Amino acid sequence: MKAFFQSLLRHPSGRIGAAIVLLYIIVALLSQAGLTPYDPLKQFRIERLQGATLAHWMGTDMFGRDVLSRLMIGIGQSFLVAFSSVGLAAVIGTLLGLTAAWFGHLWDGLVMRLMDVLLAFPAILLALLFIAVVGPGTFTSILAIAFVYTPIFTRVVRGPALSIKTRDFVDAARSFGSSTSYILTRHLMLNLVAPLTVQVTLALAWSLLTESGLSFLGLGTQPPNSSLGLMLADSVNLMEMAPWLLIFPALAVMLGILGFNLLGDALRDILDPRMRRVVA
Amino acid sequence: MNYLIRRLVTFPLVMFGVSVLVFVAIRLVPGDSITAMLGTEAGLLTPEQRQSLAVYFGLDQGWFSQYWRWLSGVFSGNLGISVTYGKPVLDVILERFPLTLELAVLAMVIALGIGLPLGVFAATRNEKRSDLAVRIFAMIGQSTPSFVIGLLIIFALSAGFGILPAMGQFVPFLEDPLGNLSQLILPAMTLGLSFTASVTRISRSAVLDVLGDDYVRTARAKGAPKARVIWRHALPNALIPVVTLSGVEFGYLLGGAVLVEQIFALPGLGRLVLDAILQRDYALVQGSVLFVALNFMIVNLLVDLTYVMLDPRIRLGGRA
Repeated sequence: MKAFFQSLLRHPSGRIGAAIVLLYIIVALLSQAGLTPYDPLKQFRIERLQGATLAHWMGTDMFGRDVLSRLMIGIGQSFLVAFSSVGLAAVIGTLLGLTAAWFGHLWDGLVMRLMDVLLAFPAILLALLFIAVVGPGTFTSILAIAFVYTPIFTRVVRGPALSIKTRDFVDAARSFGSSTSYILTRHLMLNLVAPLTVQVTLALAWSLLTESGLSFLGLGTQPPNSSLGLMLADSVNLMEMAPWLLIFPALAVMLGILGFNLLGDALRDILDPRMRRVVA
Repeated sequence: MNYLIRRLVTFPLVMFGVSVLVFVAIRLVPGDSITAMLGTEAGLLTPEQRQSLAVYFGLDQGWFSQYWRWLSGVFSGNLGISVTYGKPVLDVILERFPLTLELAVLAMVIALGIGLPLGVFAATRNEKRSDLAVRIFAMIGQSTPSFVIGLLIIFALSAGFGILPAMGQFVPFLEDPLGNLSQLILPAMTLGLSFTASVTRISRSAVLDVLGDDYVRTARAKGAPKARVIWRHALPNALIPVVTLSGVEFGYLLGGAVLVEQIFALPGLGRLVLDAILQRDYALVQGSVLFVALNFMIVNLLVDLTYVMLDPRIRLGGRA
């Protein structure tokens, strides 16, 4: 484990990505603990649409609310959606992929054809369809994004699981009388940690992107709550008069996704030796 | 079984699954489409009027017979009537599709036109400063959602030059090519630039991968000029991942870029689907989502066929 962190910190992308992600996690935790400079919903009416000042580092919005505080809450909100949806997709996808590979036959066919159907939709369209059924909101965004990414995790897990299943050490475990659940969790899962870690990190970047898009369309987090996509949607008609309303949330979205992408790339280099030749 | 035959056999099966999923999903949406169509005026309908509207749109029948009716219609090109537009769904879709197709093609031209040469250039300058600059550009580009790029482009143009994107009534290309391009160039740039980053990254790593192969070294040893080795020997073999990525992206773009269409107020397929979902226009959602999924799958199938042309080993059916 120590060696893993050392190689991550030695990798330039890994270092920068980890620093950005860590910074965002701290901001997200602070905002969830209510430790923002101001109450993100408090309206300073006489200070509406002010640029950056000492009192409001990122200015104020059309209602006189502090942009930095709202941005922090927005990051917290986006991270909540990203981590919950990717966590859910990873757990369900892994379960489906593992059991499909292990039991094979009808179950494998059923699961994989269902995943083919879900993968036949562009991601955002599937998420929109899901939201149409369940209704907009933060919780729905989590479910919708999880729904969209589950097939990807199922595929990522099933492929390697199929090949590990035929390896000698799995046969040995079977002949020792190990239970199916023991073999699945100990032998197969442990060998899938590497591809899953990479996939989770990259999915977090995609999830942040999708969440901001859904909120931008008014289908994710609902006002007066704050999210990065919602802040960007609010900035559309005011960008000339108050560019800070666009620039800061835009930078926050970009930097967050960048952090996960850099981390994902670094993890892929470290955990997948076949990629080293290309990157080195 | 041969890989391609397997793909062709599963195609109708997956399409059937897609049609069932869309059909069931839209019927789980709370609220009914007659209320959605008439808004507050729906409250003025007598039960008889409501019933006759339901009969007209086929909403009075059970799910199974509604599905069967719809599916048999699909095969004869009849996707039903849109309650929002009061005309056949297929007509509504075909009105929106040219814009989406044009936008997708323009975006791909921009992305491949910039991304491919940039990726090849970076690969030949591996680990030099210019390579690093290209990689940083690509990484930042890949991390920026397309709608954020769109907003930043609008902001830069309006704040820097006082120019606003040409919005308003969409002009088809054949009617007024210049007017059409002036409307589509910014959205196409938005989508194109967003995708350029991915093309650059993937073509860089693919070219870098084959540059170390024996046949490339042999070509160099035989005295072939560097440019010829890269463009004639290395690139065709490095194209497979670029083709895959472009195919998938093109498929996505044919589904309509909801967010970018929204920002630039373009009446494309993406906004059509979004509006249809919000309006609970059952027939339109079913028809347009099926159309998008069909496009997406056909493009993916074509990508697979292109693979086979580029890499004959794939014909062996997964053993390659």
